[in-house]
Amino acid sequence: MEGDRRSRILGGMSSDARSVTIALASTVVFFAVLVLVITSSPGWPEVKAAFFNREVFSDAFPEVLRAFWLNIKIFCVAEVFILAFALVIAVLRSLPGPVFFPLRALAIVYTDFFRGIPTILLIFILGFGVPALGLSGVPTSALVWATVALIIIYSAYVAEVYRAGIESVHPSQDAAARSLGLSRAQSLRYVVVPQAVRRVVPPLLNDFIGLQKDTALVALIGPVEAFRQAQIDTSATFNFTPYVAAALIFVAFTIPLARLTDWLNERSRRRRLAAGIAP
Amino acid sequence: MSSAPALVLEHVHKSFDKREVLKGIDLSVAEHEVVCLIGASGSGKSTLLRCVNLIEPIDGGRIFVGGREVTKRGLDVNEVRRGIGIVFQSFNLFPHMTVLENVTLGPRKARRLDRAEADAQGVELLRRFGLEDRRSDYPDRLSGGQQQRVAIVRALAMQPQLMLLDEVTSALDPELVAEVLSVIRELAEGGMTMLIATHEMSFAADIASRVCFLDQGVLLEEGRPEEIFRSPSNPRTQEFLRRIIAAGRL
Repeated sequence: MEGDRRSRILGGMSSDARSVTIALASTVVFFAVLVLVITSSPGWPEVKAAFFNREVFSDAFPEVLRAFWLNIKIFCVAEVFILAFALVIAVLRSLPGPVFFPLRALAIVYTDFFRGIPTILLIFILGFGVPALGLSGVPTSALVWATVALIIIYSAYVAEVYRAGIESVHPSQDAAARSLGLSRAQSLRYVVVPQAVRRVVPPLLNDFIGLQKDTALVALIGPVEAFRQAQIDTSATFNFTPYVAAALIFVAFTIPLARLTDWLNERSRRRRLAAGIAP
Repeated sequence: MSSAPALVLEHVHKSFDKREVLKGIDLSVAEHEVVCLIGASGSGKSTLLRCVNLIEPIDGGRIFVGGREVTKRGLDVNEVRRGIGIVFQSFNLFPHMTVLENVTLGPRKARRLDRAEADAQGVELLRRFGLEDRRSDYPDRLSGGQQQRVAIVRALAMQPQLMLLDEVTSALDPELVAEVLSVIRELAEGGMTMLIATHEMSFAADIASRVCFLDQGVLLEEGRPEEIFRSPSNPRTQEFLRRIIAAGRL
C-alpha cells in the first residue's frame, strides 16, 4: 500500500533519483522548520544584532582569517613532531620481554598521565612556567611552549592509536619476518609498523581534527591567533559577530579533513570486505 | 661436505602452560634427506618445526643444526634462522610488499646484499619457479597456490641448508595443491634437506626418505615410507592410517 502510493507520487523515477529527491526534500523541510523556530523566538532581534551583524562581519572576517594563519602554522609544526614522537612511544610500549619493562612502564605512565591532564592546564604550566625559569638557551616565547604542550598531550593520544595498529598486525607476520633472520627491530621497521600505520590513517586524521581546534587554546596565554583576534574585535565593537566569523573559518578548515577521514574509512572497509576479512 | 647430520633433536620437550606438546623427541635428519612428519592434528608436528626454527623456545633437550648446537644460551638466533627456511600453512606473505620485495627482504636486510644483487637473485629464483611475471604484483592478487610458491621462494632466497615445511598445502583449494607439491618435489630432487609436516600421505609416500609418525607429542614410529604405510608395527600408527585410508587420503 505504502509502496504503491509512493511510486504513484514519484512515478517513473529511478530509485537513485527518488532517494536524492526524498533526501533533498526532508533536508529543506528540516532546516525551514529550524529557521522558523529560531527567528520567531522572542529574543531573536537582539541575538541577530549581537551575533549576525553584516557590517561587523565584513570588517572582522579578513582580520580573523589573517590571524588564522598562525593556527595553521601551529597545527603543521605540532603535527610533524606528534607523528614522530607518538610512534616512538608506541614502539616502546610494544617491546616484549622483561628486559624492556622500564621502557614499557615509562610509555604507559606517559600516555596515562598526559591523556589525563587537561590541555589548557599544561599550556598554562609550560607557557608561563618554563620562560619564568630564566634558563639560558631555552626559548622564552609563550607560543613555543604552548605548541610544545599541544605536542606532549596529542602524542599521548596518537601513541595509543599507533599501538592499536601495531597490535592489530597478526603475530604470524612477525614470525615470518623473524624466521628470515630479521632482528626484532628490523621486523618492526619493515614488516609490522608499515602495516600498522596504513591501518590507523583514518583514526589519526580524526586526532588531527581535534588538534586543529585545540590550536585556539594557545590564545589563552597571549599569542594572537584566530580566536584571540575575534576576541579583540569583539571588545572593540561590543558585538559577538567576530566569534561567528572565527567559528566559520575553523569549520571550513576541518570539514575537508572530516570528509577525507570518512572516505578513507569507507575505502579500507571495502578493501577488507574484498579481501574476505571480517570488517 | 660435513659429516655431521643436518639436524639432530635430543630429548626435546615443549609445553604450553601445563600442556606438554612435545614429550622428549629424538630425531636425526641426514643431509639431502627428506623426512616427513605425519600424525593427527595436535600431535605436535607444527610445534616441532617451530622449535627447530627457534620461533618457540624449548623447555628441555638440545637441537643441533649442521653439527652446531642452536639451543645454547646467548647464541645469535637471527644468525641461526638465516640458515633455516620455514614455510607456513597460511603463507604469511607480507601484504604491503610486492612479490619481489617479499623475496628480497631477507637477503637485503638479514644478509645485507645490496638491492641490485638481491633483485637479480630474486628474479632468477622467481623465474625458476614460473613466477617471474608476478614479480610486481601484491600478494592479494595471487592465487593461494601462487602465494605459497612465493613463500617457498622467499625462504629459498636466504639459501638455507635446511627447509621446514609446515602443512604447506592444508590451506589450499584441492586444485592448487599439485603446483605446490611439484615445487617441493623439485627441491627434493635438487638435494635440499627437508623436514615436512604433512597430511598428504601419498605425497609423503612418494617423496620421503623417511616417515615419522607423531602421536600426542611422542615419536611413535619411524621408517622408510613403504614400511610405515604398508606394514606399520605400532597399533596407534595402524589406527591412524586406517582412518586416513577410510577418508580416501591414501
